[in-house]
Amino acid sequence: MGYAPLSLTDLAVSSVLLVASGALSLALRLGLARNMATAALRMVLQLAVVALLLKFIFEVDSPWWTALLAAVMFIGATYETVSRQTWRLPGWQTWMLGAGPQFFIGLMTTLIATAAVIGSDPWYAPRYVLPILGMVLGNTLSGVSLVLDSIVDGASRGRAGIEAQLALGASRFEAMSQVMRRGFTTGLMPILSSMAATGIVTLPGMMTGQIMAGVNPVDAAKYQVMILLLISGATALSVLVAGLGAVLLLTDERHRLRLDRLLARATTQ
Amino acid sequence: MLRVAYLKAGPLPPLSFQVENGTCLAVEGPSGSGKSSLLRAIADLDPSSGQVFIDGAARHEIDPQAWRRAVRYVAAEPGWWTDTPRPTFETAFQGGAPAPASKVLRLLHRLGLTEGQLDQSLQTLSTGERQRLALARAVLDEPRVLLLDEPTAALDAATAALVEELLKYLMLSGLCLLLASHDQGLIARLSDARLQLAKMPAPRHGPSRAVL
Repeated sequence: MGYAPLSLTDLAVSSVLLVASGALSLALRLGLARNMATAALRMVLQLAVVALLLKFIFEVDSPWWTALLAAVMFIGATYETVSRQTWRLPGWQTWMLGAGPQFFIGLMTTLIATAAVIGSDPWYAPRYVLPILGMVLGNTLSGVSLVLDSIVDGASRGRAGIEAQLALGASRFEAMSQVMRRGFTTGLMPILSSMAATGIVTLPGMMTGQIMAGVNPVDAAKYQVMILLLISGATALSVLVAGLGAVLLLTDERHRLRLDRLLARATTQ
Repeated sequence: MLRVAYLKAGPLPPLSFQVENGTCLAVEGPSGSGKSSLLRAIADLDPSSGQVFIDGAARHEIDPQAWRRAVRYVAAEPGWWTDTPRPTFETAFQGGAPAPASKVLRLLHRLGLTEGQLDQSLQTLSTGERQRLALARAVLDEPRVLLLDEPTAALDAATAALVEELLKYLMLSGLCLLLASHDQGLIARLSDARLQLAKMPAPRHGPSRAVL
């Protein structure tokens, strides 16, 4: 078994349905063609660049190049997490919340995967490190974005109730417990539902890819199980750490609710 | 006894005063003069500088949860965090024991409320009912200082009289009361002293003065 490489003609054939729907949209003046064309071109361009970059990095097989690309991925994930928030904390705090948990937990998870589980040689082999880090960060990114947004939103909306509890002598964690629970549930929802749907509704992309590349489905499933376990663990940990961090930054050591620390963000999005 | 020394709360100038046990200090001033800011700062719900003492013990030496169990703030529009009032009456924070049900019922009756209202959705209770429920919850664990922000604003004369009776009763057993209100009659009947807050000017530096 092996995989069947695709030619550029094959790719052109794959675009037939997209082109047809674009033509339909033009004919009916639905105004979708332009957006669809931009998105498709962007996708092709991004993947082409990434493919060439990965090809280069796999060939040089240097830990430094791997680390550099990993750093770019971290920065991208942090930027994406922070830019999804509708609020800001002063100074470095927002960035710390967006970056810290994902950085440490993403790094740890990836190293567990390559060094301890897969046992790739060398452990920094970019062929394993970069795709796994990408999958981990993609999930921690959405989990952390959701938990931060949910906790800040919950604290703002629930302000009166939280302060009523504080006034009755609650600690900051008692007063914020509902907000925290809702935040953690929200943050974990995507990964929990994707684990639940796996194999029934969806065949995971990685497993599909391995199967098409000729890997025995049982072996592909084992890889998928490993990845999902690591991803869900990393996401759960990142969500918990980021959520607790948000609660600590929204309250102070005298157990006050400090919404005054939040800066409303200029609506640029 | 509650003693406030050079307390700087929000936009207010530093304030010093004291309230003996079993007495009431009325906090007066137009809307926006910082009555709520003062009460919130005393309860340590907002950061403030200066000192507050209760029976000689300084606030900064007492952990904040214990402070707020002794020095209880009730907002003008009290917040809730459950669907019905009952769970809030059955919750005791920091591992304390909830008050006995008989005590809850006695308090409710004193304020003209019924047990059935504990299980009513908060959305269907009137503003005045919620205000009295919050007061009942606030005095349930017998705080030593009560900081009330417009406690009768949403009440008719009859229920306001019930609130007044309860406050008088609590003061007889030694409660220190700080009462921010626009109700001149209530202030005249309850208060032993008055704290007048001046209208805050828009800019930061202004001739605002507090006169005891």
